[in-house]
Amino acid sequence: MASTRNGSPQETQSFAWLYDPRTRGIILQIALLVGVAAFFIEIGLNTAANLNAQNIATGFGFLDRTAGFDISQTLVPYKSTSTYGQVFWVGLTNTLLVAVIGIVLATVFGFVIGLARLSSNWLVARLGTVYVETIRNVPLLLQLLAWYFTLLIALPSPDAALELPLGVGVTNRGLYLPAPVWEPGLGAVLIAALAGIAGAVAIGIWARRKRLATGEQVPAFWYGLAVVVMPALVVFLSLGAPISFEYPTPGRFNLDGGIVLLPELMALLLGLTLYTAAFIAEIVRSGIEAVPRGQKEAAAALGLHPWQVQRLVVIPQAMRVIIPPLTNQYLNLTKNSSLAVAIGYPDLVSVFAGTVLNQTNQAVEVILITMGVYLAISLLTALLMNWFNARMALVER
Amino acid sequence: MDAGPIARSVDWLRTNLFSSWGNTILTLICLTIVWYVIVGFVDWAIFSAVFAGSDGSACNKPDAGACWPFVTHKLGLFMYGRYPDPERWRINLTYVLALAGLVPLMIPRVPGKLWLSIYLLTVFPIIGFILVRGGVFWLPHIPTELWGGLFLTLVVASVGIVASFPIGILLALGRRSELPIVRWACIGFIEVVRGVPLVTVLFMASVMLPLFLPPDVTFDKLLRALIGVALFSAAYMAEVIRGGLQAIPRGQYEAADALGLSYGQKMAFIVLPQALKLVIPGIVNSFIALFKDTSLVLIIGLFDLLGIVQQSISSDAKWFSPQTAATGYFFAGLIFWIFCFSMSRYSAFLERRLAGGERQ
Amino acid sequence: MRHRTQILTAAALGLIAVASATHAQSSTLDSVKKRGDLRCGVNIGLAGFSAPDDKGEWTGLDVDFCRAVASAIFKDPTKVKFVPLSAKERFTALQSGEIDLLSRNTTWTMSRDTQQGLAFVGVTYYDGQGFLVKKSLDLKSVAQLAGASICMQTGTTNELNVADYFRTRSLTYNPVVFEKNEEAVAAFNLGRCDAYTTDASGLYAQRIKLADPSAYVVLPEIISKEPLGPAVRQGDDQWANLVQWTLFAWLNAEGLGVTQENVDEMINSGNPEIRRLLGTEGEYGLGIGLDNDWAYQIVKNVGNYGQSFERNVGKGSRLDIARDQNKLWKDGGLHYAPPIR
Repeated sequence: MASTRNGSPQETQSFAWLYDPRTRGIILQIALLVGVAAFFIEIGLNTAANLNAQNIATGFGFLDRTAGFDISQTLVPYKSTSTYGQVFWVGLTNTLLVAVIGIVLATVFGFVIGLARLSSNWLVARLGTVYVETIRNVPLLLQLLAWYFTLLIALPSPDAALELPLGVGVTNRGLYLPAPVWEPGLGAVLIAALAGIAGAVAIGIWARRKRLATGEQVPAFWYGLAVVVMPALVVFLSLGAPISFEYPTPGRFNLDGGIVLLPELMALLLGLTLYTAAFIAEIVRSGIEAVPRGQKEAAAALGLHPWQVQRLVVIPQAMRVIIPPLTNQYLNLTKNSSLAVAIGYPDLVSVFAGTVLNQTNQAVEVILITMGVYLAISLLTALLMNWFNARMALVER
Repeated sequence: MDAGPIARSVDWLRTNLFSSWGNTILTLICLTIVWYVIVGFVDWAIFSAVFAGSDGSACNKPDAGACWPFVTHKLGLFMYGRYPDPERWRINLTYVLALAGLVPLMIPRVPGKLWLSIYLLTVFPIIGFILVRGGVFWLPHIPTELWGGLFLTLVVASVGIVASFPIGILLALGRRSELPIVRWACIGFIEVVRGVPLVTVLFMASVMLPLFLPPDVTFDKLLRALIGVALFSAAYMAEVIRGGLQAIPRGQYEAADALGLSYGQKMAFIVLPQALKLVIPGIVNSFIALFKDTSLVLIIGLFDLLGIVQQSISSDAKWFSPQTAATGYFFAGLIFWIFCFSMSRYSAFLERRLAGGERQ
Repeated sequence: MRHRTQILTAAALGLIAVASATHAQSSTLDSVKKRGDLRCGVNIGLAGFSAPDDKGEWTGLDVDFCRAVASAIFKDPTKVKFVPLSAKERFTALQSGEIDLLSRNTTWTMSRDTQQGLAFVGVTYYDGQGFLVKKSLDLKSVAQLAGASICMQTGTTNELNVADYFRTRSLTYNPVVFEKNEEAVAAFNLGRCDAYTTDASGLYAQRIKLADPSAYVVLPEIISKEPLGPAVRQGDDQWANLVQWTLFAWLNAEGLGVTQENVDEMINSGNPEIRRLLGTEGEYGLGIGLDNDWAYQIVKNVGNYGQSFERNVGKGSRLDIARDQNKLWKDGGLHYAPPIR
C-alpha cells in the first residue's frame, strides 16, 4: 500500500494522534462532509429566504397547471390546454427523437468517413481529412445557425413548393411526407412481420451454433431477411394492400396534411450528424489502425476474402477500441441537442427550461428537473454501452 | 523501369488514384465534388463578391457573392465588442503581454519554463485584469457589459481553462483518494457535471446562482458565466489529469513513499510533474473544446465573437442584404477555425514529441 | 503529513460557506444611495424602448424612466447602470437584487404581480398584441391566419394570447417559437413564417429592421391588453412608492404643462398644483425619502412623459407611433395619475 507511518523527528508523543493517517483521514472527511453540507444548507436557506421574502411560488405543483401555449412539434398528444407536466414529456420525446436519429446517422456517416480516411485512394483519404479538420474546428452552434439559415434561404416557399415523387413536398416550412393511414387488416400484416422477426432470430442462433460446431458459413442474414419480408408481403398483398396514404396538399399558407419534418429539425439533425460524424471518423480510424497488421495478413493467408477479413477479423477487434470513445460521442450528441434552443426546435431545454421557466418563473425546480433528465440519459446510455462493451470484450480468449 | 519525373508521377497516379475500376470511379466522383466546391467557393468569395460599400445596399443585388464591407466595417466591433475605441490599445497591450509569455513557453527549446508559467498564471492575470477593466490609476473603468467579440471569447476560454486547472487537479486527486467520502464527493461532482449539457449549466449560473446568494450579494453577469464555464471544464479537466495520474508507474509512488515523503510532497514533487507533462496534449484539446464552447454564452446574452456577429446580422437594418448572414457566419467560422486548427496541430506536435521522448 | 492538499480543499469549501453566511438586509433606497447608482433592468435591444447605440449609450422610453428615477434620487440622470436582460432573466434579476428596478416592456399580469415576487407600480405604455404580415397576402383579420405559421418569442404573454385566440375560434396555426426576438424576426424575414407577432409597439420597431419594410403591414386587429410598466421587488413599500410616484410625477408634469424647457419658470408659478409638484410648496419628497425638488429634477433632466414619448417612439422618432390610448385621460387616453397633495 501507498501509506506511510513515518513521522517527522520532532514529533512529540502528545500530538501523535494528529499524525496518524487514519485519524487524519477521518477528520478530513468529516471536515469535507461538514463543509459540503454547510455549503448546500446555506444555498438552500438563502434560496428559501429569497423566494419566501418575495412571495414566489415554490414546489412542483406547477406541473399540473395549464400550460396555455402551443408547440410546433409534438410526438405525444398535446394541446394548449394541456399541463406543464405534459410539456415536459413533449420536450423529452423531441430531444430523444433528435438524439436517436442523430446517433444512427452520425454512426453510419462517421464510419464511412473513417474508412475513407484509410482508403488506398489518395484523393478519397485527403477529402476525408479535410472534412474532419474543417468540421471539428468550428463551433457546433455556429454550424447549426448556418445550416438553419441556409435551409430557410435555399428551400422554396410553400407557394413554390418543390414536389418530389411519391407525394413528397419540400418547402422552407418543412419536408412534407405522405402519412400512412391504417386500415383494418394491417394488424395481420404486423403479426406476420413479428413472426418473421422471431424466425430470423432463430435462424441467426442456429447459424451461429452450426458455425461454431462445424465451421460452415451459413448466409444467415439473407435467410433472415427472407423470413422477415416474405410472409409479411404475402399477407399484405393477399389482403389487398390495406394501407392508404394521406398526401400533403397545398393550403392557404402551408401544405396541409401528411407528416412534416420541420426545418428546425432538419437543420439540427444535419448539424449534429455532420459534427459528431467528424469525431466518430477519427475514433473509427484509430480503432482500425490499432489492429495489428499481422492479424490481417494471417487472415488473408487462411484464404479469407478481403471482405471477410474486414468483417470477421478487423472490425470485431477494432470495435473493442472504438466502443468506449464512441459512447462518449453518443452522450455528447445527446447533450449537444440542447443547442436546439438557438434555432427554435422544441426540445427539452427549449420548451421546458425555456418556455415553462419563463411562464412559471420557477427556475430552481425547472432547471433541476432538466439537469436530472440529462443525467439520467447519460447514466442509462453509459450502462447500456458498458454492457455492450462487456459482450464485445468476451470475444477475446 | 524509367525513373524520370513524369513516369514517376504517372506511376504515383496509377497506384494512388486509378489502381482499379472502383477506385477510378471514386476518384472521378471526388474530383467532380472538389471542382464544384472550389469553383463555387472562389466565385462566392472573390469573383461575385462585393468589396466596397458603406452599407447593405451595395450588396443588395441579384447573384451577389460575399458582402465583405459588412466585415470590414464591423471588424472593430467583432474583435473588441463595444469596448470604447480610444481604449482598445489596452486590449492590444494585454495580447502582447500574453504572447510574450506564451510564445517562449510553447517552443520546446526555450529554457525557463517554470518562470514563464509563474508569470502567466500570477503576474499576467493581475496586470491584464487591471489593464482591461481599468478604474485604477488614470485608466477609465470599462464595465464588462461593453466587453465583447473575439476579446470576450478569449477571456472566457482562457479564464475558464486557467481556473479549471487547479480545481481539476484537486478533483482528480480526490477521485483517486483512499478516503471514501472524498472519493465519492469528487466522483459525484465530476459525473454530474459531465452528464449535463453546458447550456443548462450556463442557465443555472445566469438564472439560479443569484437566488442561491444572500440578498445583497450580486455578481457581474460575465463573472457568473465564468464560474459556470470554469466548473464545467474542471470536471473534464479532472478526467484528463486522472488519465495522466494513472499512467505514472506504481514504482514512482512506492519510491516516494520509501523516501519518507508526505502525501503533499509526493504529489507535488514526484507524481504531478510527471503526470501533468503527459497530459499537456489533453489539456490543449480541452482548451480547444472550451474555446468552441464559449460560443454558447450567446444563449445567456453575452456577446462573444459569434454572439456579436449574430446580433449584427439580425438587428442592424443598415447592413441587411441576402448575403450578410452567410458572410458574417463564414467570417466567425474562419476565425474559430484558425484558432482551433492551429491549436490542434500544436497538440499533435506535442504528442509526437512526447511519444519520441518515451522511446529514448 | 498526508492529505494536506485535501485538507486545503475542505478548508476552502468551509470558508466559502462561512463567507456566504454573513449577510444583512437593508432598504433598497439606502443601498442605492450607498452604491451611488441605480441598477435598472432593460431590454437587450428594442428600438424606441431600450436600445444601445454602437457606443453603448442607451436610449428609449423605458430607459428614460430609469433616468427619471435616478434624477429623483441623485439629481443626476447619468447615475444609472443599465443591465440588459433577456425575457428569461428579467424576473430572477429583480428577485435576486441584481437590479433595483425592472423597466423592460413587461406586461402587468396577475400571476406576475402575485406569484412571481414582482410588484408592478403602474403603466408606462398601454400596448396590445398585433401581427405583422406580408402586404401581398392581402389579409384583413387575424382569424384569416388559420393554418399559417406564426413566428414569436418564447416566454412572453404573446405566446399565450395567440394560443387563446385560435383556441376560442377553433382554428389551427403553426407556432414557431424562438428564444430571442432577433432570431424570430430573422426567421420571419427569410420566409419561415407568414406572420410575426408581438406587442404592437414592438411590431413597428421590428418592421424598420426588415429588408423591405414597405412590403409588410401591421394588421389593424389587436388581440390582447398589454399594459407595460415598471416593476420592483415585493417587500419594500418605500421603494415601490418612490418608483410609483416618479411615474405619477412624470405624467402629472405633462398634465400641468410643465416641460423640460419651461420648468425653471414654472417654479415661480402661482398654480398650487405645480408648486406642490415642483416642491416649492409642501414636503412631499419626505414621504419617499427624497428632497422636495425630486419631481423638479425629473422634469429638468428627462422632460415630462409626453416629451419622452414623442422623442423615443412618437413623431420625433423613426417608429412614428400615434399616441392614441397613451394620451392623458383628459385628451381621451388612458393615462390617469393620482394628484400630488
